[in-house]
Amino acid sequence: MNKYLEEFRSEKAARIISDQINALQGNTRLTIMEICGGHTLTTMKYGLHTLLPETLTLKSGPGCPVCVTSTEYIDTAIALLQEHDVIIASFGDMLRVPGSTSTLLKQRSLGRDVRICFSPMDALSIAKENPGRKTVFLAIGFETTAPGIAVAIREAEQQGIGNIAFLTALKTMPQAMKALLSDPEALIDGFILPGHVTAVMGTGMYDPVIETYPIPGVVSGFEPTDMLASIRTLVEMIIAKKQEIVVQYTRAVKKEGNTAAQKIMNEVFVTADVSWRGLGTIPGSGLSIAGKYSHLDAEKKYAVSLPQQKEHPGCICGDVMKGKKTPNQCSLFKQQCTPENPVGACMVSAEGSCGIYFNFGRIHGR
Amino acid sequence: MCLAIPMKVVSRNGGTGVVESGNVFYEINFSLLPDAVVDDYVIVHTGFAIQKLDKEDADETLKLYREMENLGIDHE
Repeated sequence: MNKYLEEFRSEKAARIISDQINALQGNTRLTIMEICGGHTLTTMKYGLHTLLPETLTLKSGPGCPVCVTSTEYIDTAIALLQEHDVIIASFGDMLRVPGSTSTLLKQRSLGRDVRICFSPMDALSIAKENPGRKTVFLAIGFETTAPGIAVAIREAEQQGIGNIAFLTALKTMPQAMKALLSDPEALIDGFILPGHVTAVMGTGMYDPVIETYPIPGVVSGFEPTDMLASIRTLVEMIIAKKQEIVVQYTRAVKKEGNTAAQKIMNEVFVTADVSWRGLGTIPGSGLSIAGKYSHLDAEKKYAVSLPQQKEHPGCICGDVMKGKKTPNQCSLFKQQCTPENPVGACMVSAEGSCGIYFNFGRIHGR
Repeated sequence: MCLAIPMKVVSRNGGTGVVESGNVFYEINFSLLPDAVVDDYVIVHTGFAIQKLDKEDADETLKLYREMENLGIDHE
């Protein structure tokens, strides 16, 4: 039994809460977006959408780090393998993400050295065990992952590990949310907000967003009853026209967040304009390595030549992440694009909308 | 976007420690949560404890769900 995990999966409580949502909403048409891929996964895995009113539309957002990784980033990692013969150390789900001409997995099958890490700290061990070679860690993720990567970067500096570098594509939510809301076609009535990002950053992270675009949001946990309770609160707030941020996931989210994590992020990273697959470059929506640690920045350390960037013209990943389309509206879905042979990044990750629809959509009749 | 699960702290040793859930044990890094002690529940993501889980708060929520379930039975 996994304490504090399975207990939040009570089917009976889930049915009662969903009945409350149905009674509350009636015939009002509402659209809410779950920003985080983890929430899309919970919804589809447990079939929560089948319990909700037909008038309530759930849209997936851009909160899947693998999905928003640009083609150029994958191309750079591949060029580092080919031109500098580095060891690429990476979280596992990056290996299938399509670059312009190849993937890291294909490169590995051709004999290049690509290794899977559970933690960014594993990359330091790889570098130390291979002193004669260069290791590059693919530093991707949102605010939840960035602090651990900051610890690894500081540790590499303190231990004087000279043969490691970090290729960053770290992203932050607030500016991306603003970019989504600035689109007049967005039509989002409220947000289910990412629980673990907020556990790190605190609820104040949304202030700049709702000051510009007043909208209700509920910071949610990731178990089925968490999500349903969050949706109930969100529907209540939308109907009452309350535009504020409420926390459902109170067992993990404190107003101030994790201040130790924020401190090390501020020490190691600076705000940067970064490119999101499907959304383009969003000013101030990411993190890059601060000057003090720039000798550990793979982008500064190694020059690479990149191929002409190329994405499949039929892939609608971008529209899926903006909440404009659902995966089954894509002509490639389940045909050319499958988890085995993904065309777009949204099919790759366990948190990617297309992969989730592929894996769980059949079970619940979507 | 950031899959993470609650795990119980079973030992601490400087900047690291061992956590457990469902009889699975991991050694993780506590640099981001230096004050965590044995028997705390912590949220674990990519080998780091990123936040403490408030046990009282979690128990309170679970109690509410149980009450809700019992009320549900009365209505049937």
